[in-house]
Amino acid sequence: MIGLIDYGAGNLRSVENALARLEATATIAATPEDLAGARAIIFPGVGAAAPAMASLRDRGLDRAVITAIRNGVPFLGICLGMQLLFERSAEDGAACLGILPGTVVRLNTREKLPHVGWNTLEHVRPHPVLEGIEGEAFYFVHSYVVVPRHPGVVAGDTTHGVPFVSAIARQGLVGVQFHPERSGTAGLRLLENFLRFAKVEAAA
Amino acid sequence: MLLKRIIPCLDTAGGRVVKGTHFQQLRDQGDPVALARAYSKDGADELTFLDIDATPQGRATLVDLVERTAYEVFIPLTVGGGIREVDEIRTLLRAGADKVSIQTAAVQRPELITEAARAFGSQCIVVAIDAKRHASDGWMAFTHGGRTPTGLDAVGWAIEAQHRGAGEILLTSIDADGTRAGYDLELTRAVVDAVQIPVIASGGAGHPKDLEAVLTVGRADAALAASIFHSGAFPIPQVKAYLAGQGIPVRI
Repeated sequence: MIGLIDYGAGNLRSVENALARLEATATIAATPEDLAGARAIIFPGVGAAAPAMASLRDRGLDRAVITAIRNGVPFLGICLGMQLLFERSAEDGAACLGILPGTVVRLNTREKLPHVGWNTLEHVRPHPVLEGIEGEAFYFVHSYVVVPRHPGVVAGDTTHGVPFVSAIARQGLVGVQFHPERSGTAGLRLLENFLRFAKVEAAA
Repeated sequence: MLLKRIIPCLDTAGGRVVKGTHFQQLRDQGDPVALARAYSKDGADELTFLDIDATPQGRATLVDLVERTAYEVFIPLTVGGGIREVDEIRTLLRAGADKVSIQTAAVQRPELITEAARAFGSQCIVVAIDAKRHASDGWMAFTHGGRTPTGLDAVGWAIEAQHRGAGEILLTSIDADGTRAGYDLELTRAVVDAVQIPVIASGGAGHPKDLEAVLTVGRADAALAASIFHSGAFPIPQVKAYLAGQGIPVRI
């Protein structure tokens, strides 16, 4: 089953709907026990970093996520769900999960923030989850961006006045700044890639 | 590069589309879900439902409609029409709306913008402004479908809405609405220049050239239109191809 992390603030509905379209069943995971049997995890985040981290900690989900990723469970972080994988966010100075070295900062651009709307994913590094989507437009809603310390995890970028990291990947761990669940056909393609990848990993 | 958005708007009441549409491939032309699906397939970047049925029963129907739409349409959905309370916003977001648009209630009680933005984030709070040109100079915000003058300067109100936490402005020109003679470019440009948040221009689209003008001269971030799409006169792919041909970045 696919575990959908529920920290109480995010709206999981659209991700659930998109998975249903792809004939995958998701289990809402609000406790570490809920995540225990997951063969893949999706972490859709919205809102601010500090309250989201506080809620994850309250529920014990922070340790559960770290453990699952360490154990190689395929993981997809969406928007804030990707940002929280890093060490620290400049948004409220929140300490994050620290799974990936790097920080989250407000995008330093002359363009409007929040960055709302469709923008293209470029320079995609080969990864099964990101297959066939280079150059496609995805729906973004955010003001903060990730700055990984190791360039090796960067898997794609997008330009809003300045280029920023919009996709990361390290083995089974993938994160995207945009919302695949709101990005039409291209978004469904990414989610389908992720489900297929998770299935292959589970069989291996 | 951030692409300019093209947003069809559907007026709904009692779970049905109230203005006629001419999607030839649709058997049931009044079903908003079927239309939403068709527009999404056609390349709409976002959808807006504007509910004109403000009865409690109508509200329940709207929530159901949002649920059914979100279940099968995977582009952002904005829902507006008579929203007055934070709880109503919560219900609509939970049903699957990505954003809600508030108008009259925001004028009557501007704290609603702040409360909603705090509760759900600015990204999902759209403040709708219906503006009408003054006899003298500038534009005044109106409510109740353009019937009630607010005494608020439309540009000043847009600035205040932004400060209170609005994530976007949906700006409709009452003068241009329904004319199909083009958007009010001056109004759009005045608001775009005054705020830092995205502005969705609405009212007056009759030809792809009108969308081009409001996205370039008006500098709008998005163009919302209804009849130009519903009438079948200019399907979305044709509009987008035209805009792309004029060098406007759009999602094809």
